[in-house]
Amino acid sequence: MGLTISEKILSKHSENGGVAGDFIIAKVDLSYVQDGTGPLTLEQLRDLGVSDVANPKKTYLFIDHASPSPNKELSNDHTILRQFAKEAKISLSDIGQGISHQKAAEELIRPWDVVIGADSHTCTGGALGAFATGMGSTDIAIGMALGKTWLRVPKSIKIEIEGKFQSGVFAKDLILRIIGDLGSAGANYKAIEFSGPGIRGLDMDERLTLTNMSVEAGAKTGVMPSDKVTKDYLKKNGRIKDYKEIYPDDDAVYEKIRNYNISELGPTVSLPHWVDNVRNIGDKECDVAIDQVSIGTCTNGRIEDLRIVASILDGREKNIDTRLIITPASNNIYQKAIEEGLIAIFIKSGAVVNPPGCGPCVGVHAGTLGDGERCLTTHNRNFKGRMGNPKSYIYLASPATAAATAIEGKIADPRGYV
Amino acid sequence: MSGRVWKFGDNISTDLIASGRYFHLRSNLPELAKHVLEDARPEFATEVKLGDFIVTGENFGLGSSREHAPRIIKLSGIVGIMSSSFARIFFRNCINIGLPAIICDTSIFDDGNIVDVDLEQGKAKNITKNIETMFNPLPKVMTKILKDGGLVEHIKKNGDFKLR
Repeated sequence: MGLTISEKILSKHSENGGVAGDFIIAKVDLSYVQDGTGPLTLEQLRDLGVSDVANPKKTYLFIDHASPSPNKELSNDHTILRQFAKEAKISLSDIGQGISHQKAAEELIRPWDVVIGADSHTCTGGALGAFATGMGSTDIAIGMALGKTWLRVPKSIKIEIEGKFQSGVFAKDLILRIIGDLGSAGANYKAIEFSGPGIRGLDMDERLTLTNMSVEAGAKTGVMPSDKVTKDYLKKNGRIKDYKEIYPDDDAVYEKIRNYNISELGPTVSLPHWVDNVRNIGDKECDVAIDQVSIGTCTNGRIEDLRIVASILDGREKNIDTRLIITPASNNIYQKAIEEGLIAIFIKSGAVVNPPGCGPCVGVHAGTLGDGERCLTTHNRNFKGRMGNPKSYIYLASPATAAATAIEGKIADPRGYV
Repeated sequence: MSGRVWKFGDNISTDLIASGRYFHLRSNLPELAKHVLEDARPEFATEVKLGDFIVTGENFGLGSSREHAPRIIKLSGIVGIMSSSFARIFFRNCINIGLPAIICDTSIFDDGNIVDVDLEQGKAKNITKNIETMFNPLPKVMTKILKDGGLVEHIKKNGDFKLR
C-alpha cells in the first residue's frame, strides 16, 4: 500500500509506525514559538526544570505578534523571551524581522522536515514539502525539551488542482473556495495534500497561501509535493544542500479526493464571522462599504502579494473614506518592496505601511477597528472579535480584491484593474 | 463529578474564549480568566462556579493555538467540556493541561441542567431530565496524559513519553 506525503515524512521520523491512524513519537526538525505563546511555553519548561533545549539550533523564538510592543505587559513578555534565548543559546527573531511562518519558510524549512510551532498557522511550511503543524504552548515546550513529539498520523484529503487562474484571481480565492466547500471542520484531524498540474504552475508565495489556510478547514497540516519551484526557492535562499524530492506514492490512500479546475474560479470573499462563509464577489452580500483595508499577514504579506497590490494602486488614490494599511510579512520582503519602488506607490496612494509582523490581524495593535466598522483584509480569520473589537466585521479576500476595494471604498472586483 | 451546564452553540472560536484585545494579559492568567468567553456570553466569567461544565455543539475551540483559552476555562472553575466535536489543537491542549474534553451527544442538555459525568464508564447523565448518554473513552495516549494530570506532569513522572 502506498503512502501519502504526510505518511512518508512521519514514518521516516518515527520508530513506531507512520501510517494513518498510528500514534507515533516523531523526531522534530524545527520547533518554534511566537510572543503570544512563547512565555507560556517557557513557563512549562521551568516547571519541568529544563533550562537547556534538546536542539538549540533547531529551536526558534519569534517576536511578531506585538511588534513593536504597544504596552508594558507585552514588553515584559518580550524581555522574558530575549533572556531565555540568551541563556539557552537559541535564536530569537526580534521586532520588525517578520512573521514566524514567513521567516521559517524563507530561512529554515526543508522538504521532509517535521516542524512544530506554537501557532496554528505553522502549517504554512507544508508548501515546502514538510510536515508542519501547530500546537499549544505545552506541546512545544515538550518538543523543545525532548526534541520529539507525539502525533496521530493523519488521514489525507487530496485536493487535485488543474487549470490556470484567470487574470485577477489568485491562490487566496482558491483556498477560500476550498474552505467554503470543506467547511471549517471538514479537514479536522486530517492533512490536506495539494497536488495536480494547477499547483505546479504556482510560485512559492502562492503555495504558502494555500498551506497557510489549511487550518481554517481544521486540518492538522497542508502539504504539497516538491518540484522545480521548491528547488529554485531553496536554492535562492541558500538551502539546496542535501535536497531530496518528496511526492506521494501513486497508490497512496486518501480519505477523499476533490478536484478543482481553477480556470473557472472568480474572486472569492469570506463574510463575517466565519472563514467558511464564502461568496463569489458578485454576490449581493458583498455589496458593502468598507472602512478599512488591511493587506499583509502570514497569508498574504509576501512580495508577490505586494507587487500585485502596487500594480493596482500605481497612479491611483485610495478612497477618501477608507483607510489602507499594508504590513509586509518579513524584513526581507519589506526591503525588496522598497527596492522595487512598491512602498513609494503605497504611500502615494494614501496607504499606511506597518513594520513587518502580524500587524492588525490578532487584535493587538496597528489597526484595531471601531464599533460597527467593516474591514476587508487579506488575513486568514474573520472570527468575531478577531481584530480586537467584537462589534466590528471582517471580510477576507485576495490582495488584488483588497487593493481594488481600497480604491472604490466598497468591496470591488479586481478584474477591472489587472 | 456533577455540576451545572453552561450551554454554547457551534463553532466557538478561541477568539471568543480568549479575545485578542486582552493579548497583554496572557502572562497573567487569573486576570485573563476574568474575560473568559466574554464575547460569547458576557455573564459567564462572573457566574461560573467550580465544578460546572461547558456543553457545546460542533467544532468547539476552532482557530488559534493559544493554550491560554483552555487554561482560563479551567481556571474559571470548569471541570470538563462536553462537545459534539472539538477543533484539533484545542482538544490536544485540553488534555495537555489536564482538562477533560468529552465528545458526546450534547443535544440532551440544556443550559442550567445538572450533569453528572463518569469518565471511567464513559457516561454523562442529565440529572435534571433523568436521561443519559454514553461516550467512547479517549484514545489510550490521551487517557495516560490526562490521568497523569497533563503532559508536563506525564513527562516529569516518566522522564520521557510513556504512552503505551
